[in-house]
Amino acid sequence: MLRKITGILPNAVKNASNVKTYATEATVEVKGFKLHRLDSGPATSVTLTKDEAIKYYTQMQTIRRLETQAGNLYKEKIIRGFCHLYSGQEACAVGMRAAMTEVDNIISAYRVHGWTYLMGVTPIGVLAELTGRKSGCARGKGGSMHMYAPNFYGGNGIVGAQVPLGAGVALACHYKGNGGMCLALYGDGAANQGQVFEAYNMAHLWKLPTIFVCENNGYGMGTSAERAASNTDYYTRGDALPGLWVDGMDVLAVRSATEFARDYVTKNGPLVMETYTYRYSGHSMSDPGTSYRTREEIQEVRQKRDPITSFKERILELGLVTQEEIKAIDVKAKKETDEAAAKAKADVEIPLEELYTDVYSNCKEPKLRDCLGYNIQHRVLNKGVNT
Amino acid sequence: MAAIHVITKNLVNLSLKKSTNGAVSVLSVRNHFNYVPDKKSEGKGATKKMNMFQALNNAMDLTLANDDSAVIFGEDVGFGGVFRCTMNLQDKYGKDRVFNTPLCEQGIAGFGIGVANTGATAIAEIQFADYIFPAFDQLVNEAAKYRYRSGNLFDSGSLTVRVPCGAVGHGALYHSQMPEAYFAHTPGLKVAIPRGPQKAKGLLLACIKDKNPCILFEPKTLYRAAVEEVPEEIYESKLGEADILRSGSDITLIGWGTQVHVLLEVADMAKKELGVNAEVIDLVSILPWDKEAVIKSAKKTGRVIVAHEAPLTNGFGAEIAATIQENCFLNLEAPVKRVTGWDTPFPHVFEKFYIPDKYRCFDAIKEVINY
Repeated sequence: MLRKITGILPNAVKNASNVKTYATEATVEVKGFKLHRLDSGPATSVTLTKDEAIKYYTQMQTIRRLETQAGNLYKEKIIRGFCHLYSGQEACAVGMRAAMTEVDNIISAYRVHGWTYLMGVTPIGVLAELTGRKSGCARGKGGSMHMYAPNFYGGNGIVGAQVPLGAGVALACHYKGNGGMCLALYGDGAANQGQVFEAYNMAHLWKLPTIFVCENNGYGMGTSAERAASNTDYYTRGDALPGLWVDGMDVLAVRSATEFARDYVTKNGPLVMETYTYRYSGHSMSDPGTSYRTREEIQEVRQKRDPITSFKERILELGLVTQEEIKAIDVKAKKETDEAAAKAKADVEIPLEELYTDVYSNCKEPKLRDCLGYNIQHRVLNKGVNT
Repeated sequence: MAAIHVITKNLVNLSLKKSTNGAVSVLSVRNHFNYVPDKKSEGKGATKKMNMFQALNNAMDLTLANDDSAVIFGEDVGFGGVFRCTMNLQDKYGKDRVFNTPLCEQGIAGFGIGVANTGATAIAEIQFADYIFPAFDQLVNEAAKYRYRSGNLFDSGSLTVRVPCGAVGHGALYHSQMPEAYFAHTPGLKVAIPRGPQKAKGLLLACIKDKNPCILFEPKTLYRAAVEEVPEEIYESKLGEADILRSGSDITLIGWGTQVHVLLEVADMAKKELGVNAEVIDLVSILPWDKEAVIKSAKKTGRVIVAHEAPLTNGFGAEIAATIQENCFLNLEAPVKRVTGWDTPFPHVFEKFYIPDKYRCFDAIKEVINY
């Protein structure tokens, strides 16, 4: 595995024209795409503006900080249920988000704190959802795996279950003809679920604008991809569906790949995109993440492939940002997430009657049964995003 | 899978033969019930004679015509479906609105939930209830819980799943089952079962309109055997409300779907042979279910029989019996009796012995009356 990692490195930075300290725009060469059933691939020469550089760096750093907070809150036993951290994979989400338009949608699995933030939920909305408090984006009712926002159809706790839903969401884009598409994300572990192939097949038959994204972080829950999959080239596993492999540690490569995929699926139908990435933590908080890999391996990735460090070095080298600006972003991200964590701890829980809230629209029985009798009033609270 | 399709084909052939050879003679050999048409009309306006698949077809036709977002999909629905429920709909509304899916029930359900998540009207057909289990995860874990777990930000309320189900006389293990009880255990879902064409149309339209994910189990033996006058306009039957089809004072008989017709005949037998006045209730809706009507009737008669095709243990009759003893304990003259399929897989060669036919139900009445 490590050899493979070194093999695809480095995504050489070639600043074509100007290495000036105060550049506002630079051209960057990204490479390392692999193609399946495609004649041409994503653009390898991409433009990066100063604003974009600041935006992507801020987003990745905030996600990293959010996850650090989440990990701490879990260890403090303030987060209950499950908690899956995205640290190491930030460039995947930020790169894809950068290529999305207003009519595009995304649905993913249970490693979604970062995505939730990228889709417009504030750090407090994310962390309070994790702590099960009122300010959470689902008022604490969904927890770590179930966060939602407009155009974000949520995280999903059942391995692979969100993939056919993504095809369904894509049908709506196709049917409305609004030019939108849906990113349906899953991990390398979920890639072996039967329904993933059902979804590929349906989407291909009906030419639905779906980008099936396999975020390959190398490990399912407790085992490596090689031990779980007969074919670990996940981008080829759509059979008739074209596939695209991208270095998921390079935010600009992911953005370029997603732009290409977006254009492809809205014209031709679905495509499988594999973002080759790495997770630093265990699968969830209950997995130390060291029984199936060495600590040295994790350290090596942190040193050589970290998506945030490598991007920082790149944009400094390109002269798009200064050390001071980087420092200011780091401080701000830390402050913002620290404050959000404090609020998420101090926030109130929703009242007990929410146990019986929003089970149904128009519940037949106004009173529902508690331990003693029909004593609980069913209630409806939010007006849905999709109604 | 190949075997399944041979069987499916045979079922269709049999059905087709039935219509060309003359319905009555074939039916009398095959069916364990005599269909009793509804007399009262739920909708308003002009009516037309329809069988159950025509009534369902009519409901979907009206939906596609009135709701631009409505789409219908499932195995073979583009050709009309193996039971002809979606006949001509693809011709009329196009391939982008009525389309075939591959054989992938889990994918169909998940896809449908995704469509519904966007607010569109999704009508999925699972070809046989016996095939719904790969979709069980999607329906129970995704459809039912989407609203709750998102704090009502998203839901899959505009999803309706149509599912042909139940005994047909020769369906054997995998073309006969009634899985309503599995789904009744899932808050967030609604489950209903029609007893005939009029109810089927009203319930399907109600399921489509209802803002919760609904499963309509359609007893497939009624598709052709059940014929009655059906209102041509849009109307909705109420989910969660039982129908008292016959009023009586001595004993309450509760069933749903095909079993309702068995119970109506049994009520006649009880009147004639035993002088017993039976009240017959079609529960109609399994989740939510009409506790009020059941409790009221049980308090009046003091004797209750619940009959369903599904096996005894954990069948929905168990929930009804528990609720009755909880609410009507002092009114009961006898324990609540369940007449059901046995706790075996649905048998290939013993179907006649397996189903709760009129003789078993009649015997149960004698037992309960003489308790």
